[in-house]
Amino acid sequence: MAKKWMFSLILSLVAGALFYLFPVSFCFAGEEKMAQDPDEDLPKLFIPRSGPAENFPCSKCHKYRPVNREKRKLVLNHTTIELKHAEKNRWCFDCHDGDKLRLPNGELVEYDKPYLLCGQCHGTIFRDWKAGIHGKTVGRWVGDKVFYVCVSCHDPHKPKFKQIEPEKQPLRPTEIKLIKK
Amino acid sequence: MSQDTNKSPRDRMLDRRMFLKGAVAGLALSALPAGANAYDWEKFLQKHFREMNEAELKKVIERLERETSLEWKKKITISTAKAIPDVKFGYGLDLSRCIGCRRCVYACVKENNQSRANQVHWITVLRFKQGEKWADLENSEKYYSSKLVPEEGAFYMPVQCQQCENPPCVKACPAQATWKEPDGIVVIDYNWCIGCRYCMTACPYGARRFNWAKPDIPQNELNPETHYLGNRPRFKGVVEKCTFCIQRTRLGKLPACVEVCPVGARKFGNLLDPKSEIRYLMSNKRVFRLKEDLNTNPKFYYFFAT
Repeated sequence: MAKKWMFSLILSLVAGALFYLFPVSFCFAGEEKMAQDPDEDLPKLFIPRSGPAENFPCSKCHKYRPVNREKRKLVLNHTTIELKHAEKNRWCFDCHDGDKLRLPNGELVEYDKPYLLCGQCHGTIFRDWKAGIHGKTVGRWVGDKVFYVCVSCHDPHKPKFKQIEPEKQPLRPTEIKLIKK
Repeated sequence: MSQDTNKSPRDRMLDRRMFLKGAVAGLALSALPAGANAYDWEKFLQKHFREMNEAELKKVIERLERETSLEWKKKITISTAKAIPDVKFGYGLDLSRCIGCRRCVYACVKENNQSRANQVHWITVLRFKQGEKWADLENSEKYYSSKLVPEEGAFYMPVQCQQCENPPCVKACPAQATWKEPDGIVVIDYNWCIGCRYCMTACPYGARRFNWAKPDIPQNELNPETHYLGNRPRFKGVVEKCTFCIQRTRLGKLPACVEVCPVGARKFGNLLDPKSEIRYLMSNKRVFRLKEDLNTNPKFYYFFAT
Protein backbone atom coordinates (compact mmCIF):
# COMPACT_ATOMS: atom_id res chain seq x y z
CA MET A 1 0.00 0.00 0.00
CA ALA A 2 2.81 2.39 1.06
CA LYS A 3 4.71 1.48 -2.10
CA LYS A 4 1.76 2.41 -4.27
CA TRP A 5 1.37 5.72 -2.43
CA MET A 6 5.04 6.55 -2.90
CA PHE A 7 4.80 5.68 -6.58
CA SER A 8 1.85 8.00 -7.17
CA LEU A 9 3.58 10.82 -5.27
CA ILE A 10 6.71 10.56 -7.43
CA LEU A 11 4.60 10.38 -10.57
CA SER A 12 2.67 13.51 -9.66
CA LEU A 13 5.91 15.36 -8.80
CA VAL A 14 7.47 14.45 -12.12
CA ALA A 15 4.32 15.46 -13.97
CA GLY A 16 4.22 18.76 -12.11
CA ALA A 17 7.86 19.45 -12.79
CA LEU A 18 7.41 18.67 -16.46
CA PHE A 19 4.38 20.94 -16.70
CA TYR A 20 6.10 23.79 -14.96
CA LEU A 21 9.44 23.62 -16.71
CA PHE A 22 8.18 22.83 -20.19
CA PRO A 23 7.86 26.37 -21.60
CA VAL A 24 11.20 27.44 -20.25
CA SER A 25 13.05 24.35 -21.32
CA PHE A 26 11.55 24.63 -24.76
CA CYS A 27 13.16 27.99 -25.19
CA PHE A 28 16.49 27.01 -23.78
CA ALA A 29 17.09 23.43 -24.80
CA GLY A 30 17.42 24.33 -28.48
CA GLU A 31 20.04 22.49 -30.41
CA GLU A 32 23.04 22.17 -28.15
CA LYS A 33 25.25 21.36 -31.10
CA MET A 34 28.12 23.83 -30.88
CA ALA A 35 29.63 25.32 -33.97
CA GLN A 36 33.19 24.27 -34.70
CA ASP A 37 35.87 26.88 -35.23
CA PRO A 38 35.88 27.23 -38.99
CA ASP A 39 39.61 27.31 -39.41
CA GLU A 40 42.85 27.21 -37.56
CA ASP A 41 44.23 30.51 -38.84
CA LEU A 42 42.42 32.31 -36.05
CA PRO A 43 44.37 34.47 -33.60
CA LYS A 44 45.29 32.92 -30.27
CA LEU A 45 45.15 35.79 -27.76
CA PHE A 46 42.26 38.14 -27.20
CA ILE A 47 41.34 41.21 -25.25
CA PRO A 48 38.19 40.04 -23.49
CA ARG A 49 34.95 41.71 -24.48
CA SER A 50 34.21 44.99 -22.81
CA GLY A 51 30.85 46.60 -22.26
CA PRO A 52 28.18 45.94 -19.68
CA ALA A 53 27.59 42.29 -18.93
CA GLU A 54 25.09 42.74 -16.09
CA ASN A 55 22.50 40.81 -18.12
CA PHE A 56 24.78 37.84 -18.68
CA PRO A 57 24.10 34.92 -18.49
CA CYS A 58 20.63 35.25 -20.00
CA SER A 59 19.45 32.19 -18.07
CA LYS A 60 19.86 34.21 -14.88
CA CYS A 61 16.34 35.57 -15.53
CA HIS A 62 15.07 33.59 -18.47
CA LYS A 63 15.23 30.37 -16.52
CA TYR A 64 12.11 31.57 -14.74
CA ARG A 65 10.72 34.04 -17.25
CA PRO A 66 9.68 32.84 -20.69
CA VAL A 67 10.98 34.96 -23.55
CA ASN A 68 8.70 37.12 -25.65
CA ARG A 69 9.73 36.65 -29.25
CA GLU A 70 7.59 39.41 -30.63
CA LYS A 71 9.33 42.40 -32.22
CA ARG A 72 8.32 45.40 -30.15
CA LYS A 73 9.59 48.45 -28.29
CA LEU A 74 11.40 47.22 -25.18
CA VAL A 75 9.98 49.00 -22.14
CA LEU A 76 10.32 46.64 -19.17
CA ASN A 77 13.76 45.15 -19.68
CA HIS A 78 16.78 45.64 -21.93
CA THR A 79 15.83 49.30 -22.23
CA THR A 80 19.45 50.31 -22.68
CA ILE A 81 19.70 48.32 -25.90
CA GLU A 82 19.06 50.35 -29.01
CA LEU A 83 19.11 48.20 -32.11
CA LYS A 84 20.66 50.06 -35.03
CA HIS A 85 22.16 47.25 -37.01
CA ALA A 86 19.98 46.20 -39.95
CA GLU A 87 17.11 46.60 -37.47
CA LYS A 88 14.42 46.37 -40.18
CA ASN A 89 14.96 42.69 -40.74
CA ARG A 90 16.41 41.66 -37.41
CA TRP A 91 15.35 40.96 -33.86
CA CYS A 92 16.97 39.49 -30.73
CA PHE A 93 16.63 35.85 -31.67
CA ASP A 94 18.44 36.21 -34.96
CA CYS A 95 21.66 36.33 -32.94
CA HIS A 96 20.76 35.17 -29.42
CA ASP A 97 19.74 31.72 -28.31
CA GLY A 98 19.85 30.80 -24.66
CA ASP A 99 23.24 31.64 -23.20
CA LYS A 100 24.85 31.39 -26.61
CA LEU A 101 25.10 33.35 -29.82
CA ARG A 102 23.22 31.94 -32.77
CA LEU A 103 24.61 31.77 -36.29
CA PRO A 104 22.20 32.11 -39.24
CA ASN A 105 22.30 28.35 -39.80
CA GLY A 106 21.21 27.69 -36.22
CA GLU A 107 24.57 26.66 -34.83
CA LEU A 108 25.48 28.11 -31.46
CA VAL A 109 28.74 29.83 -30.48
CA GLU A 110 30.06 31.05 -27.16
CA TYR A 111 29.92 34.72 -26.22
CA ASP A 112 33.70 35.00 -26.18
CA LYS A 113 33.86 34.17 -29.88
CA PRO A 114 31.71 36.95 -31.34
CA TYR A 115 33.88 37.11 -34.46
CA LEU A 116 32.36 33.80 -35.62
CA LEU A 117 28.94 35.44 -35.65
CA CYS A 118 30.00 38.84 -37.05
CA GLY A 119 32.10 37.17 -39.73
CA GLN A 120 28.98 35.48 -41.14
CA CYS A 121 27.91 38.75 -42.76
CA HIS A 122 31.14 40.77 -42.69
CA GLY A 123 33.34 38.20 -44.37
CA THR A 124 35.94 40.51 -45.87
CA ILE A 125 36.32 42.37 -42.58
CA PHE A 126 36.69 39.02 -40.79
CA ARG A 127 39.46 38.05 -43.20
CA ASP A 128 41.25 41.35 -42.61
CA TRP A 129 40.79 41.06 -38.85
CA LYS A 130 42.41 37.61 -38.78
CA ALA A 131 45.39 39.10 -40.62
CA GLY A 132 45.57 41.92 -38.07
CA ILE A 133 44.53 44.65 -40.50
CA HIS A 134 41.00 45.46 -39.38
CA GLY A 135 40.77 46.40 -35.72
CA LYS A 136 43.54 46.67 -33.25
CA THR A 137 46.31 44.46 -31.94
CA VAL A 138 48.43 45.32 -28.94
CA GLY A 139 51.41 43.87 -27.15
CA ARG A 140 54.24 43.04 -29.49
CA TRP A 141 54.97 43.29 -33.20
CA VAL A 142 56.91 40.03 -33.01
CA GLY A 143 55.38 36.72 -31.93
CA ASP A 144 51.83 36.31 -30.67
CA LYS A 145 49.80 39.49 -30.77
CA VAL A 146 46.84 40.27 -28.56
CA PHE A 147 43.74 40.92 -30.66
CA TYR A 148 40.79 43.09 -29.77
CA VAL A 149 37.59 41.17 -30.68
CA CYS A 150 34.71 42.82 -32.57
CA VAL A 151 32.74 43.77 -29.46
CA SER A 152 35.78 45.29 -27.72
CA CYS A 153 35.34 48.29 -30.00
CA HIS A 154 31.87 48.00 -31.59
CA ASP A 155 28.55 47.87 -29.74
CA PRO A 156 27.01 44.89 -31.57
CA HIS A 157 23.54 46.44 -31.36
CA LYS A 158 24.74 49.78 -32.70
CA PRO A 159 28.09 49.13 -34.32
CA LYS A 160 28.80 52.47 -35.98
CA PHE A 161 31.51 54.43 -34.17
CA LYS A 162 30.40 57.56 -32.38
CA GLN A 163 32.21 60.83 -32.95
CA ILE A 164 34.74 61.63 -30.25
CA GLU A 165 36.37 64.76 -28.96
CA PRO A 166 39.80 65.39 -30.49
CA GLU A 167 42.85 66.35 -28.45
CA LYS A 168 43.73 70.03 -28.55
CA GLN A 169 45.19 71.49 -31.72
CA PRO A 170 48.88 72.42 -31.86
CA LEU A 171 49.71 76.06 -31.22
CA ARG A 172 50.61 78.25 -34.14
CA PRO A 173 54.26 79.35 -34.07
CA THR A 174 53.24 82.91 -33.13
CA GLU A 175 51.32 81.63 -30.11
CA ILE A 176 54.22 79.67 -28.65
CA LYS A 177 55.79 81.23 -25.59
CA LEU A 178 59.27 79.76 -25.45
CA ILE A 179 60.22 78.64 -22.00
CA LYS A 180 63.73 79.91 -21.39
CA LYS A 181 65.70 78.08 -18.79
CA MET B 1 116.18 65.04 -31.04
CA SER B 2 118.21 63.23 -28.42
CA GLN B 3 121.47 64.84 -29.57
CA ASP B 4 119.92 68.23 -28.90
CA THR B 5 119.50 67.70 -25.16
CA ASN B 6 122.93 69.12 -24.33
CA LYS B 7 122.26 72.34 -26.14
CA SER B 8 120.81 75.34 -24.42
CA PRO B 9 117.04 75.67 -24.90
CA ARG B 10 117.57 79.02 -26.57
CA ASP B 11 119.35 77.37 -29.47
CA ARG B 12 116.66 74.74 -29.95
CA MET B 13 114.60 75.16 -33.10
CA LEU B 14 110.91 74.49 -32.84
CA ASP B 15 110.19 72.06 -35.62
CA ARG B 16 107.01 72.18 -37.72
CA ARG B 17 105.41 69.11 -36.16
CA MET B 18 105.87 70.34 -32.61
CA PHE B 19 104.46 73.71 -33.54
CA LEU B 20 101.32 72.19 -35.05
CA LYS B 21 100.78 69.89 -32.04
CA GLY B 22 101.02 72.82 -29.71
CA ALA B 23 98.70 74.94 -31.80
CA VAL B 24 96.00 72.25 -31.92
CA ALA B 25 96.25 71.64 -28.16
CA GLY B 26 96.01 75.36 -27.52
CA LEU B 27 92.96 75.75 -29.74
CA ALA B 28 91.27 72.81 -28.06
CA LEU B 29 91.94 74.35 -24.67
CA SER B 30 90.46 77.65 -25.71
CA ALA B 31 87.26 75.90 -26.84
CA LEU B 32 86.49 74.99 -23.25
CA PRO B 33 85.87 77.44 -20.45
CA ALA B 34 88.82 78.17 -18.21
CA GLY B 35 87.51 76.15 -15.27
CA ALA B 36 87.00 72.95 -17.25
CA ASN B 37 87.62 69.77 -15.29
CA ALA B 38 88.19 66.16 -16.37
CA TYR B 39 84.44 65.69 -16.65
CA ASP B 40 84.07 68.45 -19.22
CA TRP B 41 87.03 67.08 -21.13
CA GLU B 42 85.37 63.68 -21.31
CA LYS B 43 82.23 65.32 -22.65
CA PHE B 44 84.21 67.35 -25.15
CA LEU B 45 86.18 64.41 -26.44
CA GLN B 46 83.20 62.03 -26.80
CA LYS B 47 83.51 60.12 -30.06
CA HIS B 48 80.83 59.63 -32.71
CA PHE B 49 78.28 57.01 -31.63
CA ARG B 50 79.20 54.58 -34.40
CA GLU B 51 82.94 54.91 -33.82
CA MET B 52 82.85 53.99 -30.15
CA ASN B 53 83.77 50.47 -29.06
CA GLU B 54 81.85 48.63 -26.33
CA ALA B 55 84.04 49.90 -23.48
CA GLU B 56 83.96 53.51 -24.64
CA LEU B 57 80.22 53.34 -25.17
CA LYS B 58 79.68 51.95 -21.69
CA LYS B 59 81.67 54.79 -20.18
CA VAL B 60 79.78 57.40 -22.17
CA ILE B 61 76.40 55.92 -21.25
CA GLU B 62 77.36 55.86 -17.57
CA ARG B 63 78.32 59.52 -17.74
CA LEU B 64 75.19 60.50 -19.66
CA GLU B 65 72.92 58.57 -17.30
CA ARG B 66 74.51 60.31 -14.31
CA GLU B 67 74.32 63.68 -16.02
CA THR B 68 70.67 63.37 -17.15
CA SER B 69 69.49 61.86 -13.88
CA LEU B 70 71.04 64.78 -12.02
CA GLU B 71 69.61 67.32 -14.41
CA TRP B 72 66.05 65.95 -14.28
CA LYS B 73 66.20 64.74 -10.66
CA LYS B 74 64.97 61.30 -11.69
CA LYS B 75 66.64 57.94 -12.31
CA ILE B 76 67.00 57.70 -16.08
CA THR B 77 68.30 54.67 -17.96
CA ILE B 78 69.78 55.04 -21.45
CA SER B 79 69.80 51.92 -23.58
CA THR B 80 72.00 51.35 -26.59
CA ALA B 81 70.10 48.27 -27.85
CA LYS B 82 71.33 47.34 -31.31
CA ALA B 83 69.13 46.63 -34.33
CA ILE B 84 67.67 43.11 -34.37
CA PRO B 85 69.15 41.09 -37.29
CA ASP B 86 66.86 40.37 -40.28
CA VAL B 87 64.44 43.12 -39.30
CA LYS B 88 63.46 46.15 -41.36
CA PHE B 89 60.65 48.13 -39.80
CA GLY B 90 57.66 49.24 -41.83
CA TYR B 91 54.59 51.21 -40.89
CA GLY B 92 51.05 51.14 -42.23
CA LEU B 93 48.39 53.78 -41.72
CA ASP B 94 44.80 53.14 -42.70
CA LEU B 95 43.41 56.40 -44.09
CA SER B 96 39.92 54.95 -44.37
CA ARG B 97 39.84 54.50 -40.57
CA CYS B 98 41.74 57.50 -39.17
CA ILE B 99 39.33 59.89 -37.45
CA GLY B 100 41.82 62.68 -36.73
CA CYS B 101 41.50 62.52 -32.93
CA ARG B 102 45.19 63.38 -32.32
CA ARG B 103 45.54 60.70 -29.61
CA CYS B 104 48.71 59.56 -31.37
CA VAL B 105 50.25 63.04 -31.26
CA TYR B 106 50.09 63.29 -27.49
CA ALA B 107 50.88 59.64 -26.78
CA CYS B 108 54.07 60.25 -28.76
CA VAL B 109 54.86 63.45 -26.86
CA LYS B 110 54.58 61.56 -23.57
CA GLU B 111 56.48 58.45 -24.61
CA ASN B 112 59.30 60.31 -26.30
CA ASN B 113 59.84 63.15 -23.82
CA GLN B 114 59.07 65.97 -26.22
CA SER B 115 59.01 69.58 -25.14
CA ARG B 116 55.45 70.48 -24.07
CA ALA B 117 55.32 74.27 -24.06
CA ASN B 118 57.53 74.53 -27.12
CA GLN B 119 55.10 72.37 -29.11
CA VAL B 120 57.54 69.77 -30.36
CA HIS B 121 55.21 67.23 -31.97
CA TRP B 122 56.61 64.42 -34.07
CA ILE B 123 53.19 63.67 -35.59
CA THR B 124 51.15 66.23 -37.50
CA VAL B 125 47.56 65.36 -38.33
CA LEU B 126 46.40 67.05 -41.52
CA ARG B 127 42.75 67.53 -42.39
CA PHE B 128 41.61 67.47 -45.99
CA LYS B 129 38.20 68.40 -47.28
CA GLN B 130 36.63 65.62 -49.27
CA GLY B 131 36.47 66.49 -52.94
CA GLU B 132 39.54 68.70 -52.76
CA LYS B 133 42.42 67.83 -55.00
CA TRP B 134 43.76 64.59 -53.59
CA ALA B 135 46.44 65.09 -50.92
CA ASP B 136 46.66 68.81 -51.53
CA LEU B 137 49.19 69.33 -48.78
CA GLU B 138 49.43 73.09 -49.28
CA ASN B 139 45.74 73.59 -48.51
CA SER B 140 45.44 71.02 -45.76
CA GLU B 141 44.49 72.16 -42.26
CA LYS B 142 46.81 71.41 -39.36
CA TYR B 143 45.09 73.56 -36.70
CA TYR B 144 41.53 72.22 -37.01
CA SER B 145 39.66 72.55 -33.73
CA SER B 146 36.24 70.99 -34.16
CA LYS B 147 34.23 69.83 -31.14
CA LEU B 148 33.90 66.30 -32.48
CA VAL B 149 35.77 64.20 -35.01
CA PRO B 150 35.49 62.81 -37.64
CA GLU B 151 33.84 65.84 -39.18
CA GLU B 152 31.34 65.51 -41.99
CA GLY B 153 33.05 65.72 -45.38
CA ALA B 154 36.61 65.60 -44.07
CA PHE B 155 39.37 63.03 -43.96
CA TYR B 156 42.60 63.02 -42.02
CA MET B 157 46.19 62.10 -42.70
CA PRO B 158 48.78 61.95 -39.91
CA VAL B 159 52.30 62.68 -41.14
CA GLN B 160 55.48 61.81 -39.27
CA CYS B 161 58.99 60.72 -40.21
CA GLN B 162 58.61 58.36 -43.17
CA GLN B 163 61.87 56.52 -42.37
CA CYS B 164 63.07 56.76 -45.96
CA GLU B 165 65.37 54.10 -47.37
CA ASN B 166 67.02 56.92 -49.29
CA PRO B 167 66.86 59.70 -46.70
CA PRO B 168 67.62 63.21 -47.96
CA CYS B 169 68.16 64.45 -44.39
CA VAL B 170 71.10 62.09 -43.92
CA LYS B 171 72.73 63.37 -47.08
CA ALA B 172 72.29 66.98 -45.97
CA CYS B 173 73.87 66.60 -42.51
CA PRO B 174 77.37 68.14 -42.56
CA ALA B 175 78.34 66.47 -39.26
CA GLN B 176 77.09 62.93 -39.95
CA ALA B 177 75.02 63.25 -36.81
CA THR B 178 72.05 61.50 -38.45
CA TRP B 179 72.11 58.17 -40.25
CA LYS B 180 70.05 55.11 -41.15
CA GLU B 181 70.34 52.13 -38.81
CA PRO B 182 70.40 48.53 -40.14
CA ASP B 183 66.72 48.07 -39.16
CA GLY B 184 65.81 51.04 -41.33
CA ILE B 185 65.25 53.65 -38.61
CA VAL B 186 66.80 57.05 -39.31
CA VAL B 187 68.32 58.23 -36.03
CA ILE B 188 70.09 61.29 -34.62
CA ASP B 189 72.99 61.43 -32.20
CA TYR B 190 71.97 64.40 -30.04
CA ASN B 191 75.51 64.71 -28.73
CA TRP B 192 76.84 65.06 -32.26
CA CYS B 193 74.18 67.34 -33.78
CA ILE B 194 75.44 70.88 -34.31
CA GLY B 195 71.94 72.33 -34.79
CA CYS B 196 72.45 73.72 -38.29
CA ARG B 197 68.97 72.51 -39.35
CA TYR B 198 70.08 71.58 -42.87
CA CYS B 199 68.26 68.26 -42.39
CA MET B 200 65.01 70.07 -41.66
CA THR B 201 65.21 71.89 -44.97
CA ALA B 202 66.14 68.70 -46.78
CA CYS B 203 63.20 66.67 -45.41
CA PRO B 204 60.28 66.79 -47.85
CA TYR B 205 57.83 65.69 -45.14
CA GLY B 206 58.51 68.36 -42.52
CA ALA B 207 59.14 65.60 -40.02
CA ARG B 208 62.05 67.09 -38.09
CA ARG B 209 61.75 69.43 -35.13
CA PHE B 210 64.25 71.82 -33.60
CA ASN B 211 64.73 72.49 -29.89
CA TRP B 212 64.74 76.27 -29.71
CA ALA B 213 64.88 75.99 -25.94
CA LYS B 214 65.62 73.37 -23.32
CA PRO B 215 62.79 70.81 -23.48
CA ASP B 216 59.93 71.61 -21.13
CA ILE B 217 58.93 68.24 -19.65
CA PRO B 218 57.01 67.91 -16.37
CA GLN B 219 59.37 65.97 -14.12
CA ASN B 220 56.69 63.45 -13.08
CA GLU B 221 55.76 62.76 -16.72
CA LEU B 222 59.34 62.20 -17.88
CA ASN B 223 59.68 58.70 -19.34
CA PRO B 224 62.78 57.30 -17.63
CA GLU B 225 63.23 54.34 -19.99
CA THR B 226 65.15 55.85 -22.85
CA HIS B 227 67.39 54.98 -25.76
CA TYR B 228 70.53 56.89 -26.74
CA LEU B 229 69.22 57.39 -30.29
CA GLY B 230 65.61 57.87 -29.26
CA ASN B 231 63.72 59.45 -26.42
CA ARG B 232 66.41 60.53 -23.96
CA PRO B 233 65.86 64.16 -22.97
CA ARG B 234 67.29 66.37 -25.69
CA PHE B 235 69.52 69.43 -25.38
CA LYS B 236 68.79 72.94 -26.47
CA GLY B 237 69.82 73.43 -30.10
CA VAL B 238 69.48 69.91 -31.48
CA VAL B 239 67.11 68.42 -34.04
CA GLU B 240 64.79 65.52 -33.22
CA LYS B 241 62.18 63.38 -34.98
CA CYS B 242 60.16 60.15 -34.91
CA THR B 243 62.28 57.03 -34.39
CA PHE B 244 59.45 54.45 -34.55
CA CYS B 245 59.82 54.44 -30.73
CA ILE B 246 63.25 52.82 -31.03
CA GLN B 247 63.33 52.22 -27.25
CA ARG B 248 60.17 50.08 -27.54
CA THR B 249 60.39 48.46 -30.97
CA ARG B 250 63.90 47.10 -30.51
CA LEU B 251 62.52 45.22 -27.50
CA GLY B 252 59.68 43.78 -29.60
CA LYS B 253 57.04 46.19 -28.35
CA LEU B 254 54.78 48.32 -30.56
CA PRO B 255 55.26 52.07 -30.97
CA ALA B 256 53.19 54.24 -28.61
CA CYS B 257 51.08 55.69 -31.44
CA VAL B 258 50.05 52.19 -32.57
CA GLU B 259 49.03 51.21 -29.05
CA VAL B 260 46.95 54.32 -28.42
CA CYS B 261 45.03 54.57 -31.72
CA PRO B 262 41.34 54.11 -30.78
CA VAL B 263 40.32 52.87 -34.23
CA GLY B 264 43.29 50.59 -34.91
CA ALA B 265 44.33 52.51 -38.01
CA ARG B 266 48.05 52.13 -37.31
CA LYS B 267 49.97 48.97 -38.22
CA PHE B 268 53.58 48.13 -37.55
CA GLY B 269 55.79 45.21 -38.41
CA ASN B 270 58.81 43.66 -40.04
CA LEU B 271 59.00 44.21 -43.80
CA LEU B 272 61.28 41.19 -44.20
CA ASP B 273 58.76 38.79 -42.61
CA PRO B 274 56.33 37.64 -45.35
CA LYS B 275 53.75 36.71 -42.71
CA SER B 276 53.67 40.14 -41.03
CA GLU B 277 50.57 42.31 -41.21
CA ILE B 278 52.51 45.06 -42.96
CA ARG B 279 53.32 42.66 -45.80
CA TYR B 280 49.68 41.54 -45.92
CA LEU B 281 48.43 45.07 -46.35
CA MET B 282 51.07 45.86 -48.94
CA SER B 283 49.98 42.95 -51.11
CA ASN B 284 46.21 43.08 -50.48
CA LYS B 285 45.26 46.73 -50.01
CA ARG B 286 45.48 49.92 -51.99
CA VAL B 287 48.75 51.44 -50.82
CA PHE B 288 50.57 54.67 -51.53
CA ARG B 289 53.56 56.45 -50.13
CA LEU B 290 53.83 60.18 -49.63
CA LYS B 291 55.72 62.07 -52.35
CA GLU B 292 56.87 58.83 -53.89
CA ASP B 293 58.12 60.73 -56.93
CA LEU B 294 60.99 62.18 -54.91
CA ASN B 295 62.67 58.76 -54.81
CA THR B 296 63.05 58.89 -51.04
CA ASN B 297 61.64 55.35 -50.84
CA PRO B 298 59.72 55.75 -47.55
CA LYS B 299 58.91 52.75 -45.35
CA PHE B 300 55.66 54.39 -44.26
CA TYR B 301 52.70 53.01 -46.20
CA TYR B 302 49.34 54.75 -46.27
CA PHE B 303 46.59 52.33 -47.19
CA PHE B 304 42.83 51.98 -47.52
CA ALA B 305 41.36 48.92 -45.83
CA THR B 306 37.99 49.36 -47.53
